[in-house]
Amino acid sequence: MTSKDDDDDLFDLDALRAAMKGATPAPDPAKRDADLRLAQENFAVLQGSRPDARLTSDREPRGLLRGMRQMLNTLTGRTGLGLTTALVACGIFILSPMGEDLMQRAPGLGPQEPAPGPVSQPDQMPEPMADSLPAPEAEMQAAPRAEETLPLSGPDDRLRTGPADGTVVLGEMAEMAEEAPAFVESGDLNAPAPLQRLAAPTPSAGIAPGGEAGYIAAEPPLVLPGPDTETFANAEDNPLRIAAEEPVSTFSIDVDTASWSVIRSSILGGYLPPAEAVRIEEMINYFPYDYAAPEPGEAPFRPTISVFETPWNEGTELVHIALQGEMPALADRPPLNLVFLIDTSGSMADADKLPLLKQSFRLMLAELRPEDEVAIVEYAGSAGVALPPTAAGERSTVLAALDGLGAGGSTNGQGGLEQAYALAAEMAEDGEVSRVLLATDGDFNVGLSDPSALEDYIADKRETGIYLSVLGFGRGNLDDATMQALAQNGNGQAAYIDTLSEARKVLVDQLTGALFPIAGDVKVQVEWNPAEVAEYRLIGYETRALAREDFANDRVDAGELGAGHSVTAIYEVTPVGSPARLTEDLRYAADSPQADAAHDGELGFLRLRWKEPGEDVSQLMETPIALPEGAARPGTEAAFAAAIAGFGQLLKDSPYLGSWGYDEAIALATESRGDDPFGYRNEALQLMRLAQSLAD
Amino acid sequence: MLMEPSDETLARAASAGDGAAFAALLARHYDRLFALAFRLTGARAEAEDLTQDICAALPAKLARFRGEARVSTWLYRVAVNAAHDRRRRQATRVKAAEGWGDWEVSRQAAMEEDALRGDWLTHAMRRLPDDLRDTLALVLDEATHAEAAEVLGVSEGTISWRVSEAKKRLRAMRKEEEDA
Repeated sequence: MTSKDDDDDLFDLDALRAAMKGATPAPDPAKRDADLRLAQENFAVLQGSRPDARLTSDREPRGLLRGMRQMLNTLTGRTGLGLTTALVACGIFILSPMGEDLMQRAPGLGPQEPAPGPVSQPDQMPEPMADSLPAPEAEMQAAPRAEETLPLSGPDDRLRTGPADGTVVLGEMAEMAEEAPAFVESGDLNAPAPLQRLAAPTPSAGIAPGGEAGYIAAEPPLVLPGPDTETFANAEDNPLRIAAEEPVSTFSIDVDTASWSVIRSSILGGYLPPAEAVRIEEMINYFPYDYAAPEPGEAPFRPTISVFETPWNEGTELVHIALQGEMPALADRPPLNLVFLIDTSGSMADADKLPLLKQSFRLMLAELRPEDEVAIVEYAGSAGVALPPTAAGERSTVLAALDGLGAGGSTNGQGGLEQAYALAAEMAEDGEVSRVLLATDGDFNVGLSDPSALEDYIADKRETGIYLSVLGFGRGNLDDATMQALAQNGNGQAAYIDTLSEARKVLVDQLTGALFPIAGDVKVQVEWNPAEVAEYRLIGYETRALAREDFANDRVDAGELGAGHSVTAIYEVTPVGSPARLTEDLRYAADSPQADAAHDGELGFLRLRWKEPGEDVSQLMETPIALPEGAARPGTEAAFAAAIAGFGQLLKDSPYLGSWGYDEAIALATESRGDDPFGYRNEALQLMRLAQSLAD
Repeated sequence: MLMEPSDETLARAASAGDGAAFAALLARHYDRLFALAFRLTGARAEAEDLTQDICAALPAKLARFRGEARVSTWLYRVAVNAAHDRRRRQATRVKAAEGWGDWEVSRQAAMEEDALRGDWLTHAMRRLPDDLRDTLALVLDEATHAEAAEVLGVSEGTISWRVSEAKKRLRAMRKEEEDA
């Protein structure tokens, strides 16, 4: 088998073979045993589950499978953990001399010659960087091949208790099986009996891989360790709609701000955020606005509508709808019961996770009153009460408990959640506000059989008056989509905390807003007047869309408005007759709608529904949206919101902006910066400039 | 004295549902599978994960083993396919992570390299294109060219060409490094 060109000793095949043999490590005996056991178990499962597999319907295993897949994703995602922390390091490295060095080596993506990588020389790093990097051994421990993180390997694992466990494995196998169709030849009449039974259930056995594969193959494969496990909740951009065909637009308000922070940490890290991380409504709602507050005796919030020319399109108008929540007198706020549910899994060890979280809570503690109560539940491999309900006045007790938290172990989010809710229920008294604050890096759905069951559980608890807010820390395995889902189901806020100043904003400045709901299930419905509006488009709120009939259905959940919160929604509308119209009239449709004399001068009609906290029946507020008089100029607040909407669309590469770009967005934001007492808008400007340089 | 049953005998028994036969077969081949996985991936951690994937999936695959190929050839093929799978999934992940995924990947590579510092051949092999690497991994694992051809679904001539191409590239890499 030696090749003819054995001119060079080193590259003689035998020499190579010998070299390779020397280089190949022996398998780790423990790993070997585990693998063999795993194979054996799967073998047994396969034997045992064959008759079942035929009977199981197509649908049933899916929920379980999906749940387990998700679990496995997060499990395997733990590898990402070391990688993740590195992300922060990478971000820093770009800016550092060593980073440049790394950058020059990195672009090939593939393995390079042994570069003096950042991890190999932690001692040479400047102090702050060394802080943000866990020791290499810690990373290795976190890798999924550590036995306890492999759900399929242990017989006592709770995942393996039902027959369904076989299906996970089979799903994987099916997926792999597709890769080897050569082994699926079906002509062999001597095949053992079980195989013939297998082939039967799949009508297309000749084409599809075998029986079990037939019904599981549709499920995507387990995702094995990848470089990153961040997932983001987002839907397709809201499309342009034609007012004559679909005059009604319905959505739920959204006071989450997580997207802005994710965008910020991306841009500061030197890369543009992925488009799916951009949720424009969350960007807009991140900023405090000086909207008119409701008068006493009015509804708990007040809508302000302004219509002005679209900055990025001369032929269209922006309809800016702002809801400002009332700010109850802080002096007579009810006592608060806060249960901090803190993720202390191994992945939380990074400087921007648990340590930042501790600092954040310390800030918040200072703002609480002596009669408020706090409790801390930590969850990792198992959940436990780290601090039983304690008056906020006992600062030293609370701080000691907080300091005692350490990261380690894997995550059991649901166990922790159950304990936290139980504690909150215990603490609750009439007239008090109870809230669970879940702080996590997003990796919290290990150990539950089904994510939708978790959502249901939280939604159920919501009915008891205990709300859930989710605070995201760190990047990399942040499961943004799950965070969103949980906070939305728990009526809380989802915020992403990447810096101490963000912690201050979320936890301290807006303590009241996040903690005191003033209106529940706030839904917005706009009916456009087809005589005035040809086309419209809601900017953002893709994940918050509601069906038209959901508006009046009080059983359909929607967003909460907290004390002092404001919510902004922006529509871009194209007036009838505008040259900017993108669609044509239909030739065979009825004549274009006639202006209804009674509703002359109305662009549309705004309906709002909300529930008073604790009520089951919603209230309705209606107000027409008047046509603008002449070329209206936006107020500062609306103009700034429009600038941020423009920025979000630039990040999403939206097709509706035409030639309008970062220069224009920055100019608009600069002139509408206003007072900006906390510097949030200045920060936005900086980010826009950075994004511009990254986009060029 | 009884003779050790052949791979093929064990495989047939296993595919008929004999758990003991399956265990014996896998135990016999485990170390080789792991070695091949290491050559295919070039990193211990990756190899361990890949081997585990293979072990987990093997029972289902065995059900479709018809004895047309030698067991070792069949196992090679299972391993190579599983490796392809992993690469593809990882590629998807990297793509999904957009630009900054690159940083993770290069960093991961740096970490792995660190763990294997000094092992030139392993590194060099990882820099080969996938098809050349797979071919070389098989051939270095004492598969014949005919066997490698069968596993990879290409002709023997292609295998020979790939082997010499892989060697050419390795040599060039070596030279490049020596010159550098």
